[in-house]
Amino acid sequence: MIFHDISFSLAGGEALVVTGPNGSGKSTLLRVLAGLLQAESGRISLADGPSGFAHPHELSHYLGHRNAMKRELTVEENLSFWQRFLGNSPGGSASDLATAAAAVGLAGITHLPFGYLSAGQQRRMAMAKLLVAYRPIWILDEPTAALDAGADRLFAGLVTNHLERGGIVIAATHQSLGIGQAKTLQMTGFVH
Amino acid sequence: MIALFFRDLKLSVRAGGGAMIGVLFFMTVVSVIPFGVGPDLNLLSRIGPAILWIGALLASLLGLDRLFQAEREDGSLDLMLMHETPLILTVFVKCAAHWAATGLPLVVASPFLGLFMNMDELAIGATVLTLLAGTPAITFIGAVGAAVAVALPRGGLLVSILVLPIALPVLIFGVSAVYAAVEDPAPFLPPFMILMALTLFFAVVGPVAAAAALRHSAD
Repeated sequence: MIFHDISFSLAGGEALVVTGPNGSGKSTLLRVLAGLLQAESGRISLADGPSGFAHPHELSHYLGHRNAMKRELTVEENLSFWQRFLGNSPGGSASDLATAAAAVGLAGITHLPFGYLSAGQQRRMAMAKLLVAYRPIWILDEPTAALDAGADRLFAGLVTNHLERGGIVIAATHQSLGIGQAKTLQMTGFVH
Repeated sequence: MIALFFRDLKLSVRAGGGAMIGVLFFMTVVSVIPFGVGPDLNLLSRIGPAILWIGALLASLLGLDRLFQAEREDGSLDLMLMHETPLILTVFVKCAAHWAATGLPLVVASPFLGLFMNMDELAIGATVLTLLAGTPAITFIGAVGAAVAVALPRGGLLVSILVLPIALPVLIFGVSAVYAAVEDPAPFLPPFMILMALTLFFAVVGPVAAAAALRHSAD
């Protein structure tokens, strides 16, 4: 048992920031939300979603610790693969590859193999993945690790844009995301 | 899904991909046999089909452990598990791409290696045909092993050991079909039909089992 008695609800345009010390279960909570782990008890449900989607994770982007990009392929090949594989959720449209790369400030280097990029650039490109396929819910696990201050601001801009379009953002983080008003969930962990 | 197929194909021919490793291993195994057995041409042509099949079986098992492990290591597997496309279909497409990148080259290389074994045209033709029909089954069976061992570091040998007993019928019917084509009294079609039935059977069962194993490997 890592945590219990957690409950929250989010409407479109709302963000939830999950904070807490290492090992308190932030990533685990997000993986449960993303449908990658089974919760021992409790449920996650979607209200007023598009028809045919029973679970929120089908309408979610998940950005974990790992970037889900292939080092051997170029950035463009990586992004276009995810764009075609993921497709858009109903009710939204995505930006094309060039726009997404420009939005994370790396427009000129999409022809390079992903493995050639620095850690920060790789992380930025993983964020561009959020933009090439539309999903109303973003589940972000430590999104701004390895990012410089400029990229932090840029990322806050992306999140704010997404919220203004009526999206939902759930992020686990140690740093402030720089987004205006967000609900917070403080994970305490167990005191030993 | 087409995107996934071509991405996997691209990955396996880029640096670090395993497409050529299997063929090289196949070549190594088959080409050392004449040195070990000695220059007895009759013996070589008699054991040739079996050696080619054993070589192809082992070579197909070689790269299988990376089928899902590479996806898991960089986090792609998470996104595939979340996606609403049936996971079974994703697994099937990955197997197809893996076979096209590693199994098909084995089939293409087998006639040349058949010459090493002093096999006549009929035996070579039958071997190519049975390999074409049988190697997809090995990939689909292997996918189950690869999915079970996805979370294990150095799962390569384990995958082979898990998979080998289930893959043996494919080997048995593949080789017996070739011998049936070469030796007169035995009919070729029955073992060949069973071989194709095995491939079709595992093309259905393999992805289902692999998808179930992947769902339960979540960490």
